[in-house]
Amino acid sequence: MKITSREQLDQIISNCTKTFQNKLDGSDGKRAVVLCGGTGCLSSNSDAIKAKFEEMIVEYGLDDFVTVNQVGCFGFCSQGPFVKIFPEDTLYRLVKVEDVEEIVKTDLLKGNIVDRLLYTDPVTKEKIQRQEEINFYKKQKRIALHGCGLIDAEDINEAMGYGAFKGLENALDKSPKEVIDEVLASGIRGRGGAGFPTGRKWSFAYANDSDQKYVVCNGDEGDPGAFMDRSILEGNPFAVIEGMMIAGYAIGASEGYFYVRAEYPVAVNRLQKAIDQMTEMGILGDNILGTDFSFRAHIRLGAGAFVCGEETALLNSIEGKRGMPRPRPPFPAVKGLWGKPTVVNNVETLASIPYILREGAADFASVGTEGSKGTKVFALGGKVNNVGLVEVPMGTTLRELIYDIGGGIPNNKKFKAIQTGGPSGGCLTEEYLDEPIDFDNLVAKGSMMGSGGAIVMDEDNCMVNIAKFYMEFICDESCGKCSPCRVGTKRMLEILTKITDGKGTMNDIDELQQLSEAVKNNSLCALGQTAANPIVSTMTHFMDEYIAHIKDKKCPAKICKNLMRYSIVKDSCYGCGLCARQCPVNAITVTNYTAPGKKRPAYEINPDKCIKCGLCQSSCKFKAIIKE
Amino acid sequence: MAKLSEAAVKQISEICDRYANETTPLMMILSDIQKEYGYVPVDVQEIVSEKTGISVAEIYGVVTFYSFFSLKPKGKYIIGCCLGTACYVKGAQQIIDEFCEILGIKPGETTDDGMFTIDALRCIGACGIAPAVTINGTVYPKMEVSQVAGVINDYRSRED
Repeated sequence: MKITSREQLDQIISNCTKTFQNKLDGSDGKRAVVLCGGTGCLSSNSDAIKAKFEEMIVEYGLDDFVTVNQVGCFGFCSQGPFVKIFPEDTLYRLVKVEDVEEIVKTDLLKGNIVDRLLYTDPVTKEKIQRQEEINFYKKQKRIALHGCGLIDAEDINEAMGYGAFKGLENALDKSPKEVIDEVLASGIRGRGGAGFPTGRKWSFAYANDSDQKYVVCNGDEGDPGAFMDRSILEGNPFAVIEGMMIAGYAIGASEGYFYVRAEYPVAVNRLQKAIDQMTEMGILGDNILGTDFSFRAHIRLGAGAFVCGEETALLNSIEGKRGMPRPRPPFPAVKGLWGKPTVVNNVETLASIPYILREGAADFASVGTEGSKGTKVFALGGKVNNVGLVEVPMGTTLRELIYDIGGGIPNNKKFKAIQTGGPSGGCLTEEYLDEPIDFDNLVAKGSMMGSGGAIVMDEDNCMVNIAKFYMEFICDESCGKCSPCRVGTKRMLEILTKITDGKGTMNDIDELQQLSEAVKNNSLCALGQTAANPIVSTMTHFMDEYIAHIKDKKCPAKICKNLMRYSIVKDSCYGCGLCARQCPVNAITVTNYTAPGKKRPAYEINPDKCIKCGLCQSSCKFKAIIKE
Repeated sequence: MAKLSEAAVKQISEICDRYANETTPLMMILSDIQKEYGYVPVDVQEIVSEKTGISVAEIYGVVTFYSFFSLKPKGKYIIGCCLGTACYVKGAQQIIDEFCEILGIKPGETTDDGMFTIDALRCIGACGIAPAVTINGTVYPKMEVSQVAGVINDYRSRED
């Protein structure tokens, strides 16, 4: 059925809201099972778990009393897959296919909780039943992730039961100018990395008259270790489309393009389904809700080029060209896609727009800091206990992020640094842990917000090696158009490789510093302008590690292969020979020394043959093999 | 390279026709061809050029720019080792090194028997299960160096 008026939509929303509320509070007389269907949980068999639930529910005659839905990302990826049961709001974690029958028999049939599948607080050892009582969730606030992990992302009715399209309705009640003013008043800044005020971007495109304008959603999330945009598209694609439509209405565009990484098949699939459902209902198309506003949305896939996350390179890619950036100005708001005025917004930005129009700019602006309003989604990863997706108010400190939400560093290791902003960002050390997270503050401290990757590193990570890792990435992804970036990143990588190979000289430090400046000041786009950031920031905070590599020919974290070796502590070796059998290059042989108290002779490693793969160390049951 | 079969020429023409109404269809055409055939060699590019009027030089430029498009066929099993930051700090480099060592190829290369291709991936977003490896879509979570040989043998034994 096509909706042709505001009243019709209101009626449907009201019905859906009632149905969805009844589902959550159980007043429909049923119990609801929801499973995480984000990419992380899908790779841990979430599909098979869903199928098993459906099978068991029929087997136990519960099919009239229990519903099963797959929803978007719960965020707490290291504890996935998740199963949640309403109305009790019980959260089961690390669920396996084999656990399904027990959940059905114990919980769904008898109403008892399966204790062993509840989250256990690592400190108090207490079993926790409900999601919001878990420390990981306590300091979070969901604006961009609205509905993720709750609604079935492939069902428009569930989306409408949980706030969808109210923001669009409110926008259509206003003039485009008023919508832009509302977005300006909210203070929202672009979530893609640079933090440019979204309302200002829109007002530039609004001011440019043209027969055709475009809204482009940048879903080319390339920062390695970041998956905010993917999870939003997988968890609530309707909100992103709604945000795009509001942007289209505000600037006077009738066409929108989603540019999404081809690496995200689940997100693309759900986004397409959402577009189809909205088109079928008439929420996308001509004369939306009986107004003069028409809008169509299309999807374009990336093809594996990091630089396409840069907005002008992205536009070239949509136009079927090599994804190389264009000189700016002219900015896309003046001359963008196919030469027409275009607004390019990030997924997370667009996902926050419906909230602003639904709840009001003042509500959004009440969260956050002076210069950075609202919330920010981070993909917290690396050496931290609670890996996952978190959305926190701006102004939350790094310590709260890493310790209260992230649960600290695993295996009692020492925190070394947190890298924000990915290959364009920098690392922040212990002394900055109490700094509030906002756009300006992170830049002032030598890093940047970036799109939201937050990788924690511990004492076992070598910072020179990390700088080299990022430089390899940038060098690989540099599009080659401008020589400062093309040549400069290559030279910097060569120097870093030299240092990590133990062949560096102190002169290399000066050269790295000079090159960093040159590449930063002379590159065409942000990829090159920020390429040296990881080097600059690791040199600022960890110069001692650079010097150790160069002068002492030692890698303090024992990561750089040329500067470390494996050896067997002969007095700890029981002579079992497991390491020798594991060694792929036969570098381990038996000696004629038998340690006191041991029955068999010890083994030793021939350093000339050893390729430092570490297989021996991971196979030794007696911890007799050490890195030095 | 063998000359393209008539059926292949027809199918490539059909793929081009799918996007006849698009202003700039090249990326979509190439994505479909890559998906269908696993690679986009030059003689295929020539057909696309004839159909779309875009020069072969420009098409070649696009194909070689994006890592998803490949000029050579890939192996039957594509081993994708995630080298995103989260996986990297948890030892993904050692994992990919071990795959390379055992198969005797470098990232991006295919074994002589056409069985395996190793790809270094830039973050598949499965950071909760780092380090992650995907083989033809199956995800291997929290990989350890000691598991690599077993995984390869598992795929080899499927061929026997």
